[in-house]
Amino acid sequence: MSILIKGGRIIDPSQGIDEKGNILIENGTIKSYPKITKKFEQDNDVTIINAKGKVVAPGLVDIHVHLREPGFEHKETIKSGCESAAAGGFTTIVCMPNTNPVNDNASVTEYILLKARTEGIVNVFPIGAITKGEMGETLAQIGEMFEAGCVGVSDDGMPVMNSKVMRHAMEYVQAFDIPVISHAEDKDLSGVGVMNEGDVSTQLGLAGIPCASEDVMVSRDITVAELTGARLHICHVSTAGSVRLIRAAKKRGVKVTAEVTPHHFILTDEAVNEYDTNAKMNPPLRGKKDREAVIEGLKDGTLDAIATDHAPHSEDEKKVEFDIAPFGIVGLETALSLSLNLVEDGVLTLNQVISKLTDAPSDILNLGKGTLKVGSAADVVIFDPEKEITVDRNNFHSKSKNSPFDGWKLKGAVNYTIVNGDIVYTG
Amino acid sequence: MTFQRKHILGLEELSAEEITLILDTAESMKEVSGRDVKKVPALRGVTVCNLFYEPSTRTRSSFEIAEKRLSADVLNFTLSHSSVTKGETLLDTARNLEAMGASVIVIRHPMSGSPWLLARELNSSIINAGDGSHEHPSQALLDLFTIREMKGEIKGLKVAIVGDILHSRVARSNIWGLVKLGAEVRVVGPPTLIPKYIEKAKVRTFYNLEEAIEGVDVIIMLRIQMERQDSVYFPSLREYSRFYGLTRDKLKGADKDVTVMHPGPINRGIELSSDIADDASSVILDQVSNGIAVRMAMFYLVASAGRNQ
Repeated sequence: MSILIKGGRIIDPSQGIDEKGNILIENGTIKSYPKITKKFEQDNDVTIINAKGKVVAPGLVDIHVHLREPGFEHKETIKSGCESAAAGGFTTIVCMPNTNPVNDNASVTEYILLKARTEGIVNVFPIGAITKGEMGETLAQIGEMFEAGCVGVSDDGMPVMNSKVMRHAMEYVQAFDIPVISHAEDKDLSGVGVMNEGDVSTQLGLAGIPCASEDVMVSRDITVAELTGARLHICHVSTAGSVRLIRAAKKRGVKVTAEVTPHHFILTDEAVNEYDTNAKMNPPLRGKKDREAVIEGLKDGTLDAIATDHAPHSEDEKKVEFDIAPFGIVGLETALSLSLNLVEDGVLTLNQVISKLTDAPSDILNLGKGTLKVGSAADVVIFDPEKEITVDRNNFHSKSKNSPFDGWKLKGAVNYTIVNGDIVYTG
Repeated sequence: MTFQRKHILGLEELSAEEITLILDTAESMKEVSGRDVKKVPALRGVTVCNLFYEPSTRTRSSFEIAEKRLSADVLNFTLSHSSVTKGETLLDTARNLEAMGASVIVIRHPMSGSPWLLARELNSSIINAGDGSHEHPSQALLDLFTIREMKGEIKGLKVAIVGDILHSRVARSNIWGLVKLGAEVRVVGPPTLIPKYIEKAKVRTFYNLEEAIEGVDVIIMLRIQMERQDSVYFPSLREYSRFYGLTRDKLKGADKDVTVMHPGPINRGIELSSDIADDASSVILDQVSNGIAVRMAMFYLVASAGRNQ
């Protein structure tokens, strides 16, 4: 079966393309950019998508997703997580290892990939744990997980506190040329904190997580990356301090990359007001200056990619006292619209936003995705950047609805998501 | 003005006028407490539930007496601290109480913001009897009432709050209330227990007790706990007492008519030297009896706001 995407504005930062044109998909791959479409249109076997007035871009790539399976299927499954991704325009997602059991050995990796192949509608790449059980003590089966398909290692949410263990991890991964992905947080400094430490936490009487708890760990990780020569990727950067440290490290040639979530560049800790547990995540929403700094980081390239940290939790789990509600929000189905805000605000061009959601994240983990090059897998998103939408959590495809953006009026709607030449979502 | 609120969750959200109205109403309630028959029918037929997740005999008893003097039917529901994280959720428990007919729920809870969760999800009126490190509105209102009674008016007074500001809900509620009513507020304690962001609340920060209480009209001492759940904030109670305990000698710099207050229970010899505690005891007992009047006023106003709607 073939698909002809007609008359859209094709934006593919991986090739530096931004032009009106047509794309022909055949056998699951990008076949050509035909100038004249008449002869294909007469072919009965071609599905024609009229993309006039729409943007045609590489399918979005999210390198930070919690799919929850195995172990927490009441929050999300690989199937529902993939559907959520497709609805958000994502064709490739990378899942974190904090499942139960933890993805710290090849059999769990294989299970995830099997489930993704049989039930998932988008490409799934797993990240393996750095340490066994994410306990921060001994190295997980990194080599075998790599062979099974893991594209990086991380103890996301359970940062490796022991610097020597981190050193060994950063040395060891170099045999497989994969990065160490760091949720940078000094757990001792965070203590029992549940939100950003600042005016708002002081007023609300909630224990704070200081920015320093991230900055200290970013600094340590950069230092150990310099010592070992490893590739380091910093997750969900939330503080001005982290941005400064990463910027300086890049300047002196450290192999460090970084991502930021839409919620960190859109919201501040003011959103916690009235104890909204859908504004509780880790790292927490920060103050105004930090938000400005991450936006600046996006602008000057210090922050390479946008990733969602999609963290589904059930309604029951979130409808409790703020202190005991779990950290995290869903993000796959709001990320594109929220990111397009950056264009509206004049922070980034549309091309830059698309790059930070496609080739840039793909390059960090060497996924070979996020491109519309002829011959590559036909992973495509078609969206209308101007269409006004109202976020309605009840329409989410994710099993979980924990979003602080419910009811927000945003711009940008996904019309089609195509994975390996199959239309997996129609908006 | 009339009181429009369904809930009383904290002083931070109340206006100066609303606070004054509660204090004025408490004056009339105090008169009821002085009668031979200490009962008025304001809450007849209303079921009030005291939902306490922390052991607090004092506050609970004070609420209970206030409820009974207003002729409410009273239901006491005391749960252990551990039931917060195990077993039935707070919302399920509260919904059960509502199903039993409670139209006012008084909640004391170790976690900040819990009353807001109930106010959002339930139909009952919610009265905050202390939530985590956040607010303790009835305590602050009774402190304000007592200060007003002793000093005539709150505007222009210099008040020092001493101790663990970081974790104290009494401190927060008092700061909001005092500042709104025009007092000059100073906070003092070891730097580990004074959040630097508190200055946003228009208070002045001190680390030295003598400097902080110089010329003050009122000193509110906070109860100190050596160890919190997460960390140790100072070396020893002995050292704390040496720098931040109030003694006769340190008190010299304050106004000669200074009033020393304490929300109780006092750690004698730690926050207050024994002689100061004895001197202060009459005020502290006033605070206790004023507490009933203030709580009666809170119920009365919330109930009449409900009737007006």
